[in-house]
Amino acid sequence: MDDREQGYDLSTGQGLIACPRCDALHVEEEMDPGETARCIRCASVLAKPRDGAFAQLIALSFTSMVLLVGAVFFPFLEVSTMGFGNASSLFDVALAFAEGVLLPLVLAVLAMIIGLPIARAFLLVYTLAPLAQGRAPYRHAARAFRWSEIMRPWSMAEIFVIGTAVALVKVAGLATVQLGPAFWAFCALIFVNLASRAFMCQTSIWDAIEDAGLRTEFDDASRPEAGG
Amino acid sequence: MSVLDPDHAGPVPTAHRAGLIGCHSCGRVWPAEHQRCNRCGAHLKPPDRRGLQAVWAWWLAGLIAYIPANVFPMMRTQTFAGLAGNSEATIIGGVIELIHHGSYDIAIIVFVASIIVPVGKFIAIAWLATVAGRPATIEQAHMRLKVYEVVEFIGRWSMIDVFVVAILSALVQLGFVASIHPGPAAVSFAVSVAFTMLSAQSFDARLIWRGLPLRSKSD
Ligand SMILES: [Zn+2]
Repeated sequence: MDDREQGYDLSTGQGLIACPRCDALHVEEEMDPGETARCIRCASVLAKPRDGAFAQLIALSFTSMVLLVGAVFFPFLEVSTMGFGNASSLFDVALAFAEGVLLPLVLAVLAMIIGLPIARAFLLVYTLAPLAQGRAPYRHAARAFRWSEIMRPWSMAEIFVIGTAVALVKVAGLATVQLGPAFWAFCALIFVNLASRAFMCQTSIWDAIEDAGLRTEFDDASRPEAGG
Repeated sequence: MSVLDPDHAGPVPTAHRAGLIGCHSCGRVWPAEHQRCNRCGAHLKPPDRRGLQAVWAWWLAGLIAYIPANVFPMMRTQTFAGLAGNSEATIIGGVIELIHHGSYDIAIIVFVASIIVPVGKFIAIAWLATVAGRPATIEQAHMRLKVYEVVEFIGRWSMIDVFVVAILSALVQLGFVASIHPGPAAVSFAVSVAFTMLSAQSFDARLIWRGLPLRSKSD
């Protein structure tokens, strides 16, 4: 078949990529850093490799880990009312709720603002660290990266910052509330996330995982690949 | 990436028409009988209307949870000396209170995040799930994809009000003059937002394009 010579195979799907938004088939090609590939039918971005993206993403992930740990233990808000001043970190607040009926809500909120972002940063480092050094990926790299993508919409640091701002306006007349370092850590996190999104190209990462010869744990789950 | 089959002026080649199946998670293409993507481990789902059942199930669950979220109070406020009295505020009550305080900008943020966005999302997802797979022109398909992307992007922002309640109730731990407790609506609202996010995520955008005519008129 001359399909093979063109670098793709219409019977096994080798070398092809389907747009996740509209299913249009594209032939995978090497791209230069800085290029952006868009779907011919729906114009969704298919790939946008950036120079040194893996190293940047690792650095940004470490930055967000540091910021998130700081956000847990440094004071978040400081209230001064009637001569009393009191600073409290998210950790203190969580402990105070530890034995209430509201525990599930508190846990869900903490997961969305702290737990999932930290987990995502960790999974991304786990996936990319060997790839950035040109070594073979760790065993669970594929699963780790897929989970980090599943968690993406559920980590809500930027929404939390807006929520805090709204809450402060609501209590503005009743007490003086000062923002602590943990609040500014969340603000910084918004910018780290924006930068991370600019470097993130899922297609390049999947290709890198595959090209680095990952023996996935899924191989035995479905039938052997023809010609693979 | 390049166009498959660029010389041929026929319909856009899709994985489905080629007897293949594309992975929604990583884009890799497999023979249609594959159940699981060998590269990323995601389950491979063909783009057909059966997948809409999950969309409708989460949609309905979200709608049911949204009703108590509006009826019950988001939070209960008790002032220690009873100065401002005790009060309970629903979502809409909280917005009205903000308007009375004169903070119109914040009132608008809360109103949009807690009422306009959730209601708009219910309507948009129901509409997308109804028209998905039906015949459409290319312009309509582009419009539907745009609507879907807006729903996907904006859905998370409804969580603002949940965070507001969480912060306000945490303030009591800081020696605040009033004690504020989250009401039952805070939980059901959070659950409703989560369910509608799952509903939007279950929607397969590829269905939008399935209803297009196989050939455009110029062929
Ligand atoms: Zn996949």
